[in-house]
Amino acid sequence: MIIEERSLVIIGAGPAGLAAAVKAKKKGMEDVLLLERDNQLGGILKQCIHNGFGLHIFKEELTGPEFALRYIRKISEMGIEYKLDTMVISIDENKNITTVNPQDGLRIYKAGAIILAMGCRERPRGALRIPGTNPSGIFSAGTAQRFVNIEGMKPGKTAVILGSGDIGLIMARRMTLEGMKVKAVCEIMPHPGGLTRNIVQCLEDFDIPLKLSHTVTQIHGRTRLEGVTISRVDENYRPIEGTEQYIKCDTLLLSVGLIPENELAEEAGVLLDPATKGALVNQNLETSVDGIYACGNVLHVHDLVDYVALEAERAAESAVRRLKGKSESGTKRISVIPGNGVRYTVPQFIDKGSKDEKIKIYFRSGSILKSVRVNAVCKGKTIYSKKFKRLVPAEMEYIKIPTEDLKGSKVLIEAVEK
Amino acid sequence: MSDTVKKYDIIVIGAGVVGGLIARSLSFYDADICLVDKHMDSAMGASGANSGIVHGGYDAKPGSLKARFNILGTSMMEETCKMLGVPYKNTGSLVIAFGSDDEKELDRLYENGIAGGIEGLELIDGEEARKLEPALNPTVTKALWSKTAGVVSPYKLNISAVENAVVNGVDFLRETMVTGITLEENGFLVTTDKGPLTTRVIINCAGIYADEISAMAGDGFFNLTPRKGEYLLMDRSEGGLVSRVIFQPPSEKGKGVLVMTTVDGNLLIGPDANIAESKEDNSTHASSLEYVYQTALKTCSKIRLDKVITSFAGLRATPDTGDFIIGESSKVPGFYNVAGIESPGLSSAPAIAEHVADEVGKMLGGLELKEKYTKTIDSHEFFRDMTIEEKENAIRENPGHGRIVCRCENVTEAEVIESIRRPAGARTVDGVKRRTRAGMGRCQGGFCLPTVIDILSRELDVDKEEILKGDGGSYILAGRNR
Repeated sequence: MIIEERSLVIIGAGPAGLAAAVKAKKKGMEDVLLLERDNQLGGILKQCIHNGFGLHIFKEELTGPEFALRYIRKISEMGIEYKLDTMVISIDENKNITTVNPQDGLRIYKAGAIILAMGCRERPRGALRIPGTNPSGIFSAGTAQRFVNIEGMKPGKTAVILGSGDIGLIMARRMTLEGMKVKAVCEIMPHPGGLTRNIVQCLEDFDIPLKLSHTVTQIHGRTRLEGVTISRVDENYRPIEGTEQYIKCDTLLLSVGLIPENELAEEAGVLLDPATKGALVNQNLETSVDGIYACGNVLHVHDLVDYVALEAERAAESAVRRLKGKSESGTKRISVIPGNGVRYTVPQFIDKGSKDEKIKIYFRSGSILKSVRVNAVCKGKTIYSKKFKRLVPAEMEYIKIPTEDLKGSKVLIEAVEK
Repeated sequence: MSDTVKKYDIIVIGAGVVGGLIARSLSFYDADICLVDKHMDSAMGASGANSGIVHGGYDAKPGSLKARFNILGTSMMEETCKMLGVPYKNTGSLVIAFGSDDEKELDRLYENGIAGGIEGLELIDGEEARKLEPALNPTVTKALWSKTAGVVSPYKLNISAVENAVVNGVDFLRETMVTGITLEENGFLVTTDKGPLTTRVIINCAGIYADEISAMAGDGFFNLTPRKGEYLLMDRSEGGLVSRVIFQPPSEKGKGVLVMTTVDGNLLIGPDANIAESKEDNSTHASSLEYVYQTALKTCSKIRLDKVITSFAGLRATPDTGDFIIGESSKVPGFYNVAGIESPGLSSAPAIAEHVADEVGKMLGGLELKEKYTKTIDSHEFFRDMTIEEKENAIRENPGHGRIVCRCENVTEAEVIESIRRPAGARTVDGVKRRTRAGMGRCQGGFCLPTVIDILSRELDVDKEEILKGDGGSYILAGRNR
């Protein structure tokens, strides 16, 4: 078998992988290899034909394929090497990447550094344990999106959507435009899962009812889906008896959460954060395995693709610094702990010895919070504080904390309502 | 009668694991055989939704058909699976006790097993049980260890048996529902929704519908009750939590909730037992799944609900006679029942098949072995399980192995295509799934479904909207965008 030594190998050519590859090359890294399992570059952006991408990076509104194309053009202009139809089947802690490809067969790349950019997958019905029969007509929202936008095929005639994640909301509009009737979007939480702009533009503009604190409690139909029972849930998300309502539909879309695809990373010994289901990283986005970096939705699920690309650029810069022997990861490690009101933070660690004066801590709140201060607390002392009018779990926020005030072994990030 | 009516020596009704293995055993002999099933594929009933266990055979009443065929079938299972390229593991099983009442039940089972001549039985204390299975809870006080028990892929055994039968010349008629049986001189006229067939002998392997088929023939001396069992299947990351099949003490409802690692490496818990609403009722219920989970926690507290990838239900065909019903009808000569094959039916199936082939052969005045037949199918390992060298060779021989379709289970495009092209091959998404495992992993087909539909549509030369998930009516796509 061929074993090839490479400097930087990036796994996944969605927005994260593409942005990382371009940035690494710009930073002077000559040997960059991008691996993609699909037969085209772009990842899931290919099927996101709606607009709303690129506002932060390109200062204009692009569709998903347009956003991807900006990077793909740079990839070819800069002569960055990539391999399509190439599936990584294992990664080990020594950064050996085993790949399968129809032309090359099995090949191992021995990498100087790896950037994980594999994205995420959707939670399936089974993971929710929705009881009932097992008919056709139940799709994860992204799968339905691929059918409609890539294959040009409709999944059904009448639909109910479970979960108000962004893909579900986008698909509510998309299916309506294709002539399907979307009867309801059910959300188990008391607040929407997706961006406010999507609630307005995809549901309200089309008079699609959003049923908060509701979930699907039974699936009906023997061969094809015939309907679903939905129920209101209590504050512990348990269905309330007597609130059942039958909705006739032939299609159920699930937009109930995304799971970073970290099975390969775990094989390499990368430790995961139970809250993000992504790698534990330091401020350089380096994982617990030396020389393996993570960015994009494989690290934590993002709300905007622009943020994915920006994060990927940071991962690329770190990897390039390391490969050029300028890595500054110190030995002293400070844990970033999500406190009151904060569901998770990225990074989860800060390695002392960073030359950065300030470090960006991304976070999400656990619930909707109004007029709060987000504090960074070290040894009982608030070293940084910022006011937020509103925090919602669907939107990622960040604070920049000063490195010089970091003392002790941990810093607590908490959201305090006034 | 028109000349076009096909004349068979034997019609086997029902292509479940029992019907499939019987058709295979008979296919070695010189006879015209037809296997009919109303479904799109084999393994669509109980054979496709059960625990996949090869039982030790200690709990059936000595002298019963269940005991006799269980013991024999279990001893034949490894060899049968080898011939048919079916995953099988001799894992052994434990029945565990939580205190003195349960321990008495274990003693009874042990005595029962010894009386029935079961080998490889041993009573061990809780400490020894935890040495074998460290994940068992500290509350386990004693265990009955059955060393001959194992795990098998039930649907693979079923599908491969049917394939073997078809290779030996058996006609496999899918989507063909038997609607009537009329006695004729020298046999039967079997009417189906696809036209009439004639045969000298009928073997009734119609699973949960075997009582209705029997009544159709004027036999009808038994009734079957569908008893539902619900399961939770967990991610492969949880497989190996236990390495043997772990039963709780049996009750009047059945063998109780078990915890096991399937032959494919997933953790499986279940089943419960409740009377189903109908013979078509494969629905799961929140209360049943909760019961299964809570009960399994008694065995092992480390079972994680957040690792569940799917849940499913299967129907047991419980007869009102208390035992398997195997034999020629006393009322209708030439009509042979193989009915009420609930647990330990899968374990018993290889032995039942040989016995029935033998008996039916005699009914037909003795059958000669064919000049040319095979007992094996041309199978190879899953790409996923190959060594690095084997994978390299596989891709060199067929570059389609270099294209992974199902990322969770590492199923290649070549494997999907082959599953369709094989004799009695896949026609549906579920058919591909059961043959290759594409879509059985943690994303449950989210990524590979469009590709599998693509390949099916190409291979079967039909439009994508005609591709079905399982049975007729289970279309996946409703047509082109407007």
